[in-house]
Amino acid sequence: MAVETGSPAIAEPVSHAANGMARHHLYIFAALLAFGLVAPFVLYPVFLMKVMCFALFACAFNLLLGYGGLLSFGHAAFFGSASYVSAHAAKVWGLTPELAVLTGTIAGALLGLAIGALAIRRQGIYFAMVTLAFAQMVFFFSLQAPFTGGEDGIQAVPRGSLLGLVDLSPDRTLYYFVLAVVFLGLLLIYRIIHSPFGQVLKAIRENEPRAVSLGYRVNRYKLAVFVMSATLAGLAGATKAIVFQLASLTDVYWTMSGEVVLMTLLGGMGTVFGPLVGAAVIVTMQNYLATFGAWVTIIQGCIFVLGVLLFREGIVGVLSKWVKKPL
Amino acid sequence: MKISNLVLTALAATLMAGTAMADTAVKLGVLNDRSGIYADLAGEGSVIAAQMAVEDFKAAEKGITVEIISADHQNKPDVASTIARQWYDQEGVDVILDVPTSSAALAVNDVTREKNKVFINSGAASSDLTGSKCSPNTVHWTYDTWALANGTGSAMVQTGGKKWFFLTADYAFGHALERDTTAVVEAAGGEVVGSVRHPFPGTDFSSFLLQAQSSGAEVIGLANAGGDTINSIKQAAEFGITQGGQALAGLLVFLTDVHALGLQTAQGLVLTESFYWDLNDQTREWSKRFAEKGDGDMPTMVQAGVYAGVLHYLKAVEATGGKDPTAIMAKMKEMPTDDPLFGKGSVRVDGRKIHDMYLFKVKAPDQSKGAWDYYELVSTIPADKAFRPLADGGCELAK
Repeated sequence: MAVETGSPAIAEPVSHAANGMARHHLYIFAALLAFGLVAPFVLYPVFLMKVMCFALFACAFNLLLGYGGLLSFGHAAFFGSASYVSAHAAKVWGLTPELAVLTGTIAGALLGLAIGALAIRRQGIYFAMVTLAFAQMVFFFSLQAPFTGGEDGIQAVPRGSLLGLVDLSPDRTLYYFVLAVVFLGLLLIYRIIHSPFGQVLKAIRENEPRAVSLGYRVNRYKLAVFVMSATLAGLAGATKAIVFQLASLTDVYWTMSGEVVLMTLLGGMGTVFGPLVGAAVIVTMQNYLATFGAWVTIIQGCIFVLGVLLFREGIVGVLSKWVKKPL
Repeated sequence: MKISNLVLTALAATLMAGTAMADTAVKLGVLNDRSGIYADLAGEGSVIAAQMAVEDFKAAEKGITVEIISADHQNKPDVASTIARQWYDQEGVDVILDVPTSSAALAVNDVTREKNKVFINSGAASSDLTGSKCSPNTVHWTYDTWALANGTGSAMVQTGGKKWFFLTADYAFGHALERDTTAVVEAAGGEVVGSVRHPFPGTDFSSFLLQAQSSGAEVIGLANAGGDTINSIKQAAEFGITQGGQALAGLLVFLTDVHALGLQTAQGLVLTESFYWDLNDQTREWSKRFAEKGDGDMPTMVQAGVYAGVLHYLKAVEATGGKDPTAIMAKMKEMPTDDPLFGKGSVRVDGRKIHDMYLFKVKAPDQSKGAWDYYELVSTIPADKAFRPLADGGCELAK
């Protein structure tokens, strides 16, 4: 109840800023949507879908890190297990893609609830380590469980047809399905960030003892944002499984958790659009530099070092300083 | 309507102009590990092998323009499937070659089937490629788990190694290899006295090796791969297992692994391969050219398989006068294969390439006459016995 009475008071002073922001954010969202609608005619749709899945994943992660101030080092667990469940649902249970994605997302949410409930009891590096430990457990489960296919993963997942009506096997049709899913996911994250709930989160991030002293049940907020983040990461993973018709160990491996941290930091932690940019940069690099083989990881490392040295706020963080508006 | 008609006519004209030039242009994609644990046994060497096949076939003189591109799949199925998709959709690749790592190969197998292209696998081990997951678009050239288990398993039993103990990597591939080899060993009259599963990937094998040592087994079967195999062989040498009279049977060991281990460590290891550079005059001549083009390393069977696969594909292109995947696949299966490295053979209806396999024993350091002189031929497994019988694979194409 303290939550109900407390939140409007906190939200009040911020909401002016929120209204002011909404205009240029609206333009950016409109531009993104417009770009998303035309892009498959210019660029390779499968590549774009990969970027979108990772963008959603990074934004979900950013919700936790950038706004909740919680550094999880085990987000691959939600991304990966959702992709396994979604792939299994589509292939073995024969569900339509939207139901498969939904099943995967729910799996991500439940796993988030279980891991989150334990992990939020610790803070800082211990929190990160606990999430990493759980993610490793999920990895070993994925390696050993009979339905995950071990190191082969779940392959040849059918793309199926949307609601049993629209055949999703052509890349471009699937693209618009993914665009819709990811765009709605992004709008949801935006809504969460700019809700009173999001304001409380920022308050907790900035000064947890003060939030406690104001009467907020901090752990509930933390758990809530953890589960939301896990759910959205699950949504990204579940969609990716349908796009690539494959769920594999890569998605649950700890490097995936590291990659999403990299995307978020490079793009700009705690910005709305930063993770999008970060994900696009990293995925593009992995894609177009693939011919350089081992050099990809070295180039990636160099770019990360440069990023940390030159623009610590991330690409979008720096941009937002230039234009003097939060992006 | 008029405009679209015009466009169509223009398009048709361009297409006709294209075919009128008579040249067939094919694009080959070598997709393998170029940075990780399989970079030595496949990697750039497979690209060189593919180039050599194009040169030896004299493709240019026969009006076939060949372009070869390559990429690193990092042994990950998701990376492999992404690249394969992109190659087929965007780059106009006609054939994907090599693809070591079973999980990556199975991913490319699916994409190739979906896009109706050609996949000639050389590097991967999984016998599922021509079994339960077989595809009309795939040829599995060099070896598979069944052939390795069969070669090493039955030969070891025949030479007196009747009691087996398995050191198995604890994941699907290790389990499958142990299961297949157990069946072979038992069918040949041997027995399995025990097995132990080690975590994957593992670093410390001492407790497992001690169990194996004290099990009373005559043969210790290594049902693992890559770094795990290398580590377990190294540590077995430290425990003096082979000197103690027990034999090590590597179920998935390549020439480059032996090269990395050194003869002192690897000596006495028994293994099955389908190609060795020092088999006959033809293989020696080809391998010498291969080594000159690369950095001096001798070719592995995987690289040899890429060469032979490209050669057979180009023959099919020449014979059909085009590159229609369905026609090419039919031709490749119909035409007997003949190349300097694997000799005469055939491609079976399920996509399995059939040729002899060889059982080798790694030489002791004092038996070796020079660089890369590593293997001693123990026996030849004739083509008709080397691979899984067509009916046993469960491939839908075989019915």
